[in-house]
Order: sequence, then structure tokens, then C-alpha cells
Amino acid sequence: MLDIQNLRVTYGTGRLQVDAVKDVSFHVGTGEAFGLVGESGSGKSTVLRAICGLAPISGGRVLVDGREVPTPRDKAFYRTVQMVFQDPYASLHPRHTVDRTLSEPLAIHGEKDAETRIAQALREVGLGPSFRFRYPHQLSGGQRQRVAIARALLLRPKVLLLDEPTSALDASVQAEILNLLDELRRNLGLTYILVSHDLAVVAHLCDRLLVMRHGETVEETTAAALRTNQAASDYTRSLINASQGFSRDAARPESALTR
Amino acid sequence: MSSAASLPQPAGLRAWLLSPEPTSRWQARLGRAYLGWRTFTKNPLAVFGLGIVLLLLLVALFANFLAPYSPVTGGDLRTARLLPPSAAHWFGTDDQARDIYSRVIYGSRITLWVVLLVSVIATPIGLLIGTVSGYLGGWVDTVLMRLTDIFLAFPRLVLALAFVAALGPGIENAIIAIAITSWPPYARIARAETLMIRNSDFIAAVKLQGASTPRIIFGHVVPLCVSSLIVRVTLDMAGIILTAAGLGFLGLGAQPPMPEWGAMVATGRNYLIDQWWVAAMPGLAIFVVSLGFNLLGDGLRDVLDPKAAK
Amino acid sequence: MTTKPLLEVEDLRVRFHLRTGTVEAVRGVSFTLGRERLGIVGESGSGKSQTGRAILGLTPPPGEVIAKKLTFDGIDLLTASKRTLRTLRGGRISMVMQDPKYSLNPVMTIGEQIIEAYQAHTRSGRAEARDKALAMLEAVKMRDPARVFSLYPHEVSGGMGQRAMIAMMLVTDPDLLIADEPTSALDVTVSMEILRILDELVAERGMGLIFISHDLKLVSSFCDRVLVMYAGRVVEELEAKNLREAKHPYTQGLMRCLPTLANDVRPLPTLSRDPAWAQ
Repeated sequence: MLDIQNLRVTYGTGRLQVDAVKDVSFHVGTGEAFGLVGESGSGKSTVLRAICGLAPISGGRVLVDGREVPTPRDKAFYRTVQMVFQDPYASLHPRHTVDRTLSEPLAIHGEKDAETRIAQALREVGLGPSFRFRYPHQLSGGQRQRVAIARALLLRPKVLLLDEPTSALDASVQAEILNLLDELRRNLGLTYILVSHDLAVVAHLCDRLLVMRHGETVEETTAAALRTNQAASDYTRSLINASQGFSRDAARPESALTR
Repeated sequence: MSSAASLPQPAGLRAWLLSPEPTSRWQARLGRAYLGWRTFTKNPLAVFGLGIVLLLLLVALFANFLAPYSPVTGGDLRTARLLPPSAAHWFGTDDQARDIYSRVIYGSRITLWVVLLVSVIATPIGLLIGTVSGYLGGWVDTVLMRLTDIFLAFPRLVLALAFVAALGPGIENAIIAIAITSWPPYARIARAETLMIRNSDFIAAVKLQGASTPRIIFGHVVPLCVSSLIVRVTLDMAGIILTAAGLGFLGLGAQPPMPEWGAMVATGRNYLIDQWWVAAMPGLAIFVVSLGFNLLGDGLRDVLDPKAAK
Repeated sequence: MTTKPLLEVEDLRVRFHLRTGTVEAVRGVSFTLGRERLGIVGESGSGKSQTGRAILGLTPPPGEVIAKKLTFDGIDLLTASKRTLRTLRGGRISMVMQDPKYSLNPVMTIGEQIIEAYQAHTRSGRAEARDKALAMLEAVKMRDPARVFSLYPHEVSGGMGQRAMIAMMLVTDPDLLIADEPTSALDVTVSMEILRILDELVAERGMGLIFISHDLKLVSSFCDRVLVMYAGRVVEELEAKNLREAKHPYTQGLMRCLPTLANDVRPLPTLSRDPAWAQ
């Protein structure tokens, strides 16, 4: 479904040149969920932004369905690939009602049947019709993220790019959104690329993942390997350790309990 | 915002307006407007300002009925010249034996006309240039902003004078001159706002839905810039009225015998010591209306400032 | 731990009088703190941060703080004069906030800020303050204290900035440190390092620590005791090591709803909020 070959993203020129992503390659099959893990500055979000055209591709190729994506992206691309952003407080237009936000993609692509499709999209993400005419400030963080997911799903894309979709949310809300994403993927046969700094979240949603650091690939591994603590690189192991919580001495028995 | 909204609301209507679950587009919009109105009315000075502006509107509308005399043809030049305020002539009469009260009332039409035309011409120009320049960036931004700088570099009144000198004196030309010189600050404000909005996630999101650039600018960027521009334009109204009056005073705006307030002050200048009312009455009108717009602008800022609104 | 508690809080309430009515962000929180590490956990809007701010007297303007008792080392913080509060704040009680970007002064070097913090609370010469600041930067494991000393906040990374912040807050040898989400803005590996430094310093100096966070797992692995807050109240207080035996459904729900590497639960159990918890 999605092929990333030797992707490079470079900002600036000369002495100010910054290589945000250096030679990253991976393949995501149809219906698969693929994770990109790393700390800030690892270039994981830049990979997503480069795929959808928000960051420039300086080298390498991005193929969707076996075809190289055009620059600038065309409407057909946006019907295939959609994105959900990290901060639901920033990704909804503050002066637009949910209804307006959701009718926008339909209007852009000249789709008919807006009424029923908006109602259906709201149902899909677990929001009732009572949410339709609210403004973002009348919604909680989790509800906003649901609206953002509904917006991304309206055009019936095949690939969903998820940029830290739960990191701005409370733990209990995160669980709800993760369940929703899991369910949507199953029901709609979606392909996911999930970017997150949280190993547990990535392992929960994805089967395979790429660990990145300083714009480079550290290793490609599987969620199963993470769960059994079989990482090839020291860096991944240190990420796993850090995700277990704070420990005064490295091996504290109960630290494995909560996450 | 109609004045009817200030009347006590039945509980049912208020509940409908403030419903957290509006059932239609209109209910959502009206609810929002109602909340804004409530914020606005918290500020008594702003309501006072709105009152003045509404009064100006009504006076201009009903000038025919309110004015007891004709604004242009005076009374008997031998007996009715420069009469002090009295029951017959509330504001006195001027050197042409015209009733100043009637002239001030008719003058409100000219003032309103100026204010209306300037805002209708200058605001869209500023908004368009500012948002396009801020959103597109690059050479478009450079060209448009240098153009703005050129207009900004001229002193407003001097540039207006030059325009009027070139186009010929008259109220329409004065308005055009003021409009042309007042858009650059609006363009700057709109551009600054756009630069902040341009990189936000909700713009990226709509871009990823395949929206065209004009669609993003007009549907998503402009609505967020409009509110701060409205505030700024309202606050500038006082300045515009003063500029118009200034042009009138210099004889380059409204031409006699039009009852333009600035021109009226200019004629009163000759009698300032002995017949103070000739200059003071239109001056007072300018003062009150300017104050009204300023207070209104302050109140609107509280309501519309995106940083204050959650 | 001393017998006399360092901080006593009884029935603390923080109210905000808004146009739409009065909102009580903290509704009757009571606890005592010795020289120990106390964690306060809760989701957004639980009142955990407002509790920390109220202790320091940093409740933002429309807010009002009421308590039956709010004493620090025998000093009543509610009736204390502004002057007393000022010497306490930053002197004997310090606070580390979430993002160093917003809590460090951008136009002063890090060293100058530490010196200023030190001189504000001690009568000391500049040379002494400078030595102390350098020692403090070393204590927070800065690789090159002298260099960091002369850097501006924007020239350092988030992790270094937060270490500088901790150095600044601990330079006056406070008795109580309130850390409000001190590592939430940082990467996991960096935040572990920061916590290790904080842990050592707290243990070394015998300070009391209030660690405020949304991360139940982190707090329980770092603190001795945990208060779980929900809707402005403490719903459960427990020893961190007994977290598994949490009684309250909210605490249990919070623990269960996190995805874990250890076991793969699908779908994740979600939290059904019982209105009775907020009573």
C-alpha cells in the first residue's frame, strides 16, 4: 500500500542545512498498522509530513499503491491518504462548528449527500447528532479528537496517518481513542501509520514498527519483539526501560506492572 | 446585534440560545452572538458608545423630521445672523443665518456616509492584501508589503491633500483619498494574524483535504482576521471622522453649502471669540461621535479578540 | 522523617468566581507531608495543579483559597504577611514547573538567574553566590557547568533547561519542593535522567517533595505515597508500593486503561465515570 524508499528531508541550505530525515525506508502493506517511534527530533513526524506534502521531499521516493506521489499532491492523493494531528485543540478551526468542519472535505471534493454522510461520520466515531452544531470550545479533548478522526474518514481514505493522536489526551481518554482507532481499522480495512513517542501505544496499535533517532533508522522490529524485550539495539532497549517508569535501581520488580 | 436583544429575555429563549447542544446551524450562530452580546453589555462604556453610534444612525435616518429648518437656506440675513442659542434656534445660527442645530443634524448624514464608504473601501483592500501576502509569503509577500510600506510612509493627511488636489475638492474625492490612505495598517494587521494562523494544524488539516489556496484564504484565514480588523476599523473611525473634518476645515472636503461638520467649524473660526457656538456646536458633534466609536471599538475588542475568546 | 509534619493541609478549597458562577477547582483536600516524597495524581481538571499553586500562594487572580489549616513548618500560610510569604517562596519552598521554556527568563543567562535566586534569599557576596551557582549546576549533572553558566535559556535543550530550573530552585536549600509535571515536556530517556537527579538531591538534602503528575505509573514508581485526585477531591491515598491493591474504582480504572508492553489487552478497558466519585 505504501512504500517509502530512501526518504530524505532537508531544510535550509549551506551551513544552516538540517537533515531532518536521512535515508529512511519502510513498507506498509494494505490493512497493516505500522509504527514510527522516537524521541523529539528523531524525524518521525517529519516522515509523516513528507508523505502528505507538508514537508519537502529532498530525496528518495514515496509510493502509494505502487505509484509515486505527485508534488504538489493531487486530489486523488488526498482521497487516499488522510491525517490526524496530535493536538485536537489546534487542529480544529476555532470559529467553525463541527458541521462546518465536516462538510468542508465533502464540499472540496464535490461530494453529494453531505447530510447523511456527516451524520454517519459522527456515528462512526461514537458522537451523536447532538454534537453536530457545536463549536470546538464546547467539546472536550477526546471529543475534539473524535471530530478530527471523523473529518479524516469522510473521504473514505485507505491510509490514515496518525501523528501522536493521543499524546495530548488524558489516560482514560487515550484508551477510548485507541479502542476507536483499533475498531475503525478492523471495520473499514484501513492502513495506519502511527507516530508516537510511547512504545506501549505503538505496540498496542501496530504490528510492525520503526525506531528512529536523529532522523535515522535505528531498527525495524515488531510489537511482539518489544513485548518480550527482544530489541536488537541498545537505544531501543533504553526506550523500553524508560517506558517502564522510574526505577531507583535498574531492576525493580513492580516496575513492569503498570505499563 | 439588534437593540431588542437588550430587553429581558424569556428563560426559554435564553436556554435555547445557550444550549450546549444546538440543533441547527442558526442556533449555534445565534448562541454565539448572544454570548458575545452578553460580554459586550458587561462593559457599560461600550454600551454607551454603541448608543451614540445608534443615535447617529437614527439622527441621520430621520434628519428630515428632526431638523426644524433647512440646512442650506438661511433666514433673514439682517436679523437672523449669528443668533445665540435660544428656544427657536437651539444651537444658534451661523453667519449665513442658518440654523446650526439643523445643520448639525444633516451633517450626521455626511459623517455617516464618510465612515461607511471608507470602511467599505479600505477594510476589504487591507484584508485582501494582508491575508494574501501573509498566506502566500515569498515574493508576493515582498511586493505587497513594500507597496504597503510606500503608502504607510506618507503622512495620511498630506497624501489625502495631494489626492484631493489632483482629483478636485469634494466629499467623494475626500472619501476616496481617506480610504486609499487608511488601508495599509489593516493590511499589516491582517498579515500578522495570517502569519500566526498559516502554520496552525487546522490550516494544515484543510490543506490535506485538498482545499485550494483561495478556499483556504477566504474560508479559513479571513474569518479569523476579520474580528481584529473590525475592532481596529471601529477604533479608527474617530480618526477618519477627524480627517474628513480636517479636509472640510481646509476647504478640500465637503463644499459649501453642505453642512459638513469640519467645514462648519472652519466658518465658525472667524467668530470664535464672540459667537462661540458657531464653531463649538459642530465641534461638539465631532467630539461625541468620535468618542462613541472609540468606546464601541473598545467594547468590541473585548468581545472579538480571539485571545480573550476561548 | 521527622515527627513534626513539614506541611499540614486541611480542607483546602480553591474557588474561582466567574461570571457564570463559582467554580470550585479544589474541594476539601487534606494531607500532611513530612520529609518524604508525596505524589499527587489526577487527570486534567482534577485540581492537582491548583493544589500545588495554592500552597505556594500562586493561585491566579479570580481564585480564592480557603482552608481550615494550611501551615508550613508551623507558619500559617493563609495569614502570613506578603513579606513572609515572599521569603518562604523560592527560599524554603520552591516550585519546578512543566516547561523550562516558560519559567526561565529569556534575556538573562542561566548563571545570572541562579545567582539572583540565591541572593534574593541569602545575604551573600557575589563571589559566594557564583560559587554556589556553579556547584549547583554541577549537582544537576551539567557536563560543563562553567559553560552552561553563561548560556541563555534558548541556547540549551529542554532537558538542560529543566536541570537549570532545578538547580535554580534548589540553590536556596529549600525544605519543600513542589514539582508540577516536571518532566512532561521532555523525552522519556531525558526525563528519567532528570528524575534520577531530582531523586538524589531530595534524598541527599532531606527535603519534602510534592510531585504532581498525570502519570500514575511514573508517580508511583518515584514517590513514597500517592494521592489520587478526581474532580477536586482526593479519592484515594495509598502507599506507592501498594498501588496494585488500590480500592477506588477510579484508581483501578486509571491503571488498567493504559496500554502496556507486558500484556496486550484489546479493547482497552475504559473508565466509566461514576458521578458519585465527585460527591
